[in-house]
Amino acid sequence: MKHHLLAGVGVVAAAGLILAGCSADGGDSGPVTITYTNFISNGGNEDNLQTIVDAFEAENPDITVEVTTLPYGDYGTALQTDLAAGTVSDVFDIEYANYRQFQADGVLAPITVADPGAYRPSLLEAYQTDGTQYALPSSFSDVVLYYNKDLFDAAGLDYPSSDWTWADEKKAAEALTDQAAGVWGDHQPVSFYEYYKALAQNGGQFLTDDGTAVAFNTPEGVEAAQWLVGKSGTVMPTIEQGQGTADFDTNLFKDGKLAMLHSGIWVFGAFADVPFGWDIAVEPGNTTQASAVFSNAVGVSATSEHQEAAAKWAEFLTSSETMVNVRLDSGWELPPISDEAKLSTYLDKGAPDNRQAVFDSLDAIALPPVVAKGQTEMQDIMSEELVEAQAGRKTVQEALDSAEQRINAAIG
Amino acid sequence: MTAAPARIGAATAAAARPPSRRGSTRLPGRRGGRYALTVLAFLLPSAVPLALFVLGPMLGAAWISLTEWNLLAPPRFVGIGNYLDLLGDPETGAVFLHTLLYIVGYLPLVLVGGLALALALNTRLRGRAFWRGIYFLPVVTSWIVVALVWRWLLQPSSGVVNTALGWLGIDGPGWWTDPFWAMPSIILASAWKDLGFVMVILLAGLQAIDPAMIEAARIDGAGWWRRLVSVVLPLLSPSIFFVVVISLINGFQVFDQVYAMTGGGPGGASQVVVQQIYDLTFRYGQAGEASALSWMLFAVVLAVTVVQIIGQRRWVTYA
Repeated sequence: MKHHLLAGVGVVAAAGLILAGCSADGGDSGPVTITYTNFISNGGNEDNLQTIVDAFEAENPDITVEVTTLPYGDYGTALQTDLAAGTVSDVFDIEYANYRQFQADGVLAPITVADPGAYRPSLLEAYQTDGTQYALPSSFSDVVLYYNKDLFDAAGLDYPSSDWTWADEKKAAEALTDQAAGVWGDHQPVSFYEYYKALAQNGGQFLTDDGTAVAFNTPEGVEAAQWLVGKSGTVMPTIEQGQGTADFDTNLFKDGKLAMLHSGIWVFGAFADVPFGWDIAVEPGNTTQASAVFSNAVGVSATSEHQEAAAKWAEFLTSSETMVNVRLDSGWELPPISDEAKLSTYLDKGAPDNRQAVFDSLDAIALPPVVAKGQTEMQDIMSEELVEAQAGRKTVQEALDSAEQRINAAIG
Repeated sequence: MTAAPARIGAATAAAARPPSRRGSTRLPGRRGGRYALTVLAFLLPSAVPLALFVLGPMLGAAWISLTEWNLLAPPRFVGIGNYLDLLGDPETGAVFLHTLLYIVGYLPLVLVGGLALALALNTRLRGRAFWRGIYFLPVVTSWIVVALVWRWLLQPSSGVVNTALGWLGIDGPGWWTDPFWAMPSIILASAWKDLGFVMVILLAGLQAIDPAMIEAARIDGAGWWRRLVSVVLPLLSPSIFFVVVISLINGFQVFDQVYAMTGGGPGGASQVVVQQIYDLTFRYGQAGEASALSWMLFAVVLAVTVVQIIGQRRWVTYA
């Protein structure tokens, strides 16, 4: 598969990077070369990252940054392998969901931040443990509801708005679906990431307060699962029709055959040249609104020989003015900065028009549940059981019963 | 090093006692030390990589299998805890069962198909070399490419196979989206890919059969079927044995096609042992348990192979 091939390329690339890293001499006094492995620039933002690297190197002539970019799907495996082999880069990307585990296992070096005031406090604090900074937020993004204006116009329906609920979405989706013409009303992945959010939108929570067991097997949880699963085959294509394969949903939207799409703001770029009108809205909730917020971060390797230079690059990458401008100009997620005035320029950068929805979504957020052990297993089990229900091999209740039992065993 | 000449000396003595059958096999007696060095020099090119990349990692995995290790934090010794956990986990039984199902479907397909192809291509068929090349092509093709092509062919709603079945009025199954059909899909693709390998081995075996023996059977009045069953198959049995041993070992280690076609899904229906080892290590950070599972798989493969080697005496004919 594509992932497999790319993983191979990634390993080779990483090996090259390691060799390059080894040849750089130790000590931060002379010129140093630091390595940075990332997924955040993959798929269209490679040049934007290079702009930031160039600016950093111009400001720090003694430091050279060597960048390796991997696709998101392969990044986690490659990083874990590099960490195990002791060949990890000086600076590397991490996700919020993995921070706790990495910090606990001691792979992250403490970082002294020169200007903590530049960051949004909530994002900065997310990567602190016992008052020490172990990673720096590099961006944040959220998930919104995309819609095809032309399809809504043709059906004579009102565009989605921030006060929509599930019921409004369902009604519109049903009206917009025309299976004979291959046009679908709605698409939302049937997965862990959608489920914990739908659960929050329905007033439920994924884990118990102490985080040691699941708490989703309730009437709210069943309703939230039903909300996702029930779209399949009615307003959304089935698995047999290709739903769930990579880029299926963005391609369907690009082809003008999908009226509504639940996706992250990182796909803005993919819709730049579509021949129809489109915009975004805050995701509808049921009993309450809750939007998924994702934050990426960079860590400095605890085994790096150039931790000082590495931390300098990490801070530049996550708070420099060059980074802010590059990200805002290109719509490459959002810079993790505290300066609201700078952020507001994001609103006037063109399509989609309703960029305000990106910020409005932050008013009510749902963060992914994080456990100390078995994070990936928990996510895989949840997605797998939901798909069992989607395919009709289990009822929603059976799937949740099974997920509850399996996840509790995995995280306990 | 001091033991080596002595052992060779003993061997020489033993070989000398019964009347030597063939004089040329006599070992060089007193020059044993140098002889051992010469042998060693010839063995080195294969022994070093073997020790470095097979034996070393195997012993490493044995150690890791006794620890709890998430690849990040230092390993923690847990004794045989991982083995006990695996034995108590129904998932372990499931992945071995799925692997066995794969073998049960795959082995007869490649054996019978490979034999049929070998027999067909052992005749004076026009363009014989071309057909041999065609059937061998999948063997040298990357599994990832093959798996992607099969995934596409077997796409449930718009794939070539189900579209063709639709013309015949048959409602094709959800090949890799239906738990029942996921393993048959993998078996089908695997048999298609490995057919050429089995064909080549059996073809070589067929060509080593003395035509005079088949001619003699023909003169004795044996028909095509009788010649096949009573002459060709027994004479081909060493090749068949080799193919069975290799295919069984490969069958137990099935991974690439599963990873690329179904990823073990849907709902774990095609999760096989090696895919489980991969997931445990690289997805779930349970390298200790994964190593224990590797050793369990090794034990099973070893046992099956030993049984086969003992059992071959009953059916393999060495002419």
